[in-house]
Amino acid sequence: MAAVIAPAGEPSAPRFSLGLPERPALLGRRAWIALAVLVVAVGAGAPLCALVLPESHPLHLSAYGMTLAGKLMCYAIAALALDLVWGYCGILSLGHGLFFALGGYAMGMYLMRGIGRDGNYQSDLPDFMVFLNWKELPWFWHGTEHFAYALLLVVLVPAAVAWVFGYFAFRSRVKGVYLSIITQAMTFAAMLLFYRNETGFGGNNGFTDFKRILGFGITQPETRTALFLATFAALVLAFLLARAVTTSKLGRVATGIRDAESRLMFLGYSPLGYKLFVWTLSAVLCGVAGALYVPQVGIINPSEMAPVNSIEMAIWVAVGGRGTLIGPIVGAFAVNGAKSVFTTHFAEYWLFFLGAIFVLVPLCLPRGIAGLFQRGRAM
Amino acid sequence: MKGMHKLEIVHDGQAGPNASGSVTGLGHVARAGEIDVSHGTILYLDAVTVSFDGFKALNGLTLSVDQGELRCVIGPNGAGKTTMMDVVTGKTRPTTGKVFLGQTLDLARMDEPAIARAGIGRKFQKPTVFSHHPVWENLELAMNTRKDWWAALRARFDRPAQRRVEEVLSMLHLESEAYRLAGDLSHGQKQRLEIGMLLMQQPRLLLLDEPVAGMTDHETMELAGLLARLKGSCSIVVVEHDMDFVAELAGDTGRVTVMAEGSVLADGTLAAVRANEAVIESYLGR
Repeated sequence: MAAVIAPAGEPSAPRFSLGLPERPALLGRRAWIALAVLVVAVGAGAPLCALVLPESHPLHLSAYGMTLAGKLMCYAIAALALDLVWGYCGILSLGHGLFFALGGYAMGMYLMRGIGRDGNYQSDLPDFMVFLNWKELPWFWHGTEHFAYALLLVVLVPAAVAWVFGYFAFRSRVKGVYLSIITQAMTFAAMLLFYRNETGFGGNNGFTDFKRILGFGITQPETRTALFLATFAALVLAFLLARAVTTSKLGRVATGIRDAESRLMFLGYSPLGYKLFVWTLSAVLCGVAGALYVPQVGIINPSEMAPVNSIEMAIWVAVGGRGTLIGPIVGAFAVNGAKSVFTTHFAEYWLFFLGAIFVLVPLCLPRGIAGLFQRGRAM
Repeated sequence: MKGMHKLEIVHDGQAGPNASGSVTGLGHVARAGEIDVSHGTILYLDAVTVSFDGFKALNGLTLSVDQGELRCVIGPNGAGKTTMMDVVTGKTRPTTGKVFLGQTLDLARMDEPAIARAGIGRKFQKPTVFSHHPVWENLELAMNTRKDWWAALRARFDRPAQRRVEEVLSMLHLESEAYRLAGDLSHGQKQRLEIGMLLMQQPRLLLLDEPVAGMTDHETMELAGLLARLKGSCSIVVVEHDMDFVAELAGDTGRVTVMAEGSVLADGTLAAVRANEAVIESYLGR
């Protein structure tokens, strides 16, 4: 080797050329076309099937079907968010249900204020406050009647909680299973806090009986369709955003943290900033998913923060295939689709089935459903 | 979060005069984040002790390495050679003693990434590359540029950067492997890739921990040739057991340090330390 090394600084250009673009394309040509077709199909198809076609038509989309699909897309956004930290940065969070619920609660506050005097007690205050004999709004409820402010909270509250938690956890170099346990404890602690009436978020009943959003009746077919389309748009944008992050150099550093953190540190990278960025971004996406979930499902309560919810999210990602962006979306649809079938037909077996997935997927499909296709392509 | 994290380390790989215009002198200005080698010393360990639960892995180790020097460190197992490298790279904090890079950078107060950015590169005994990244990405990640997340988010892999990766790939004869995953490379190719990552880093001081472990004789001699070429552009400290490799690196004039029980046992040319009674007694054997 030594004999053929060109002396450093020799002007002759190397014959070999990498020929790589400065930044990789966000998506390939075929993927863009597929995405465009999907956007047109859903964007035009959903309103057509739900609003134009009569109920007797076989392609009519019922309120139940539309809400279910919207719910699944919210789960898909949450799974995508979890995959960013787990699949690309090696941080397994078992507490992402908290960020989902925080986004949901922020939207729920706006929806509660939107009820106005139409509640059971005909008061300006939300019903649960009247019930608790509160005379005025707590300070953190001020401004929540404005939709734009609620949207700001949807983004900022999960971001702030995630940043503060992440800063202390990552700075102390808490990793692996220890970090997973702490995230689990975090969401459990938050759940206990939100169960208390004094916390000011409706205790164990949470928020429900929403009437309207932006002045439109929340159960109107048109409103449901709009919420469905907004969720679909959010899913597409979240996918493109995740794609932009993972194809950037930051994404390559993040996967380096996942695979060989100490090597990266001896190359001069401080993992803290990278982890915090990916972690906070993930929490925000999860919060947005929760905010879209609440008006469609019509309820938010502390059980959304239950540890099992966060664990289920990890199962969606594992089933779909972590470290890919399509995988978690497919996984969220597949597992929750199965859950819908099971809970309507053989409800008592659902947890056994979930447990079986948890055991069998890592054994038989270590790279998830997406890994199945990658293997097929490689052959 | 120390002040120097934000500063970029710019160097041309050569010892230049300092701000006062003289190579050494009174009243020269120490610039933050820059290695001050005005006294000719790049690395200085003074009475460094590291205790693990009472066991002294390093016991009053005093060692200095000159700018541009290639230093071999030998010694029996448990002499503290790897601990010494851990202390220099920030992985282990000294219990007592001082560790300085140049005249001004106190390594005992910096964390691993800051020390790496200040210009210290380290090769581990076992080759550690990013196995799920292609070879070119391994080299791109190692490149001596800004290492913060904001810069990485906006980074572009432009022509000059690609050219540097191409140059190192050619130097390592890994052009045909550029797009393969590093995890699929052979052991020897991984070793070469890791050396290439250190070259991309453009360190001022290179620490190599048993670099020829598991290498064939041919690969060992190739590596010796590569290190000999780097001599002068950066200072190198090699910890090694393989005496043939040490003889190849040190030649007749290179300094060899023998460590035992956490401190320096002997110091000098290879011939001198080989003749030293204490060294024969504790390490080389009769």
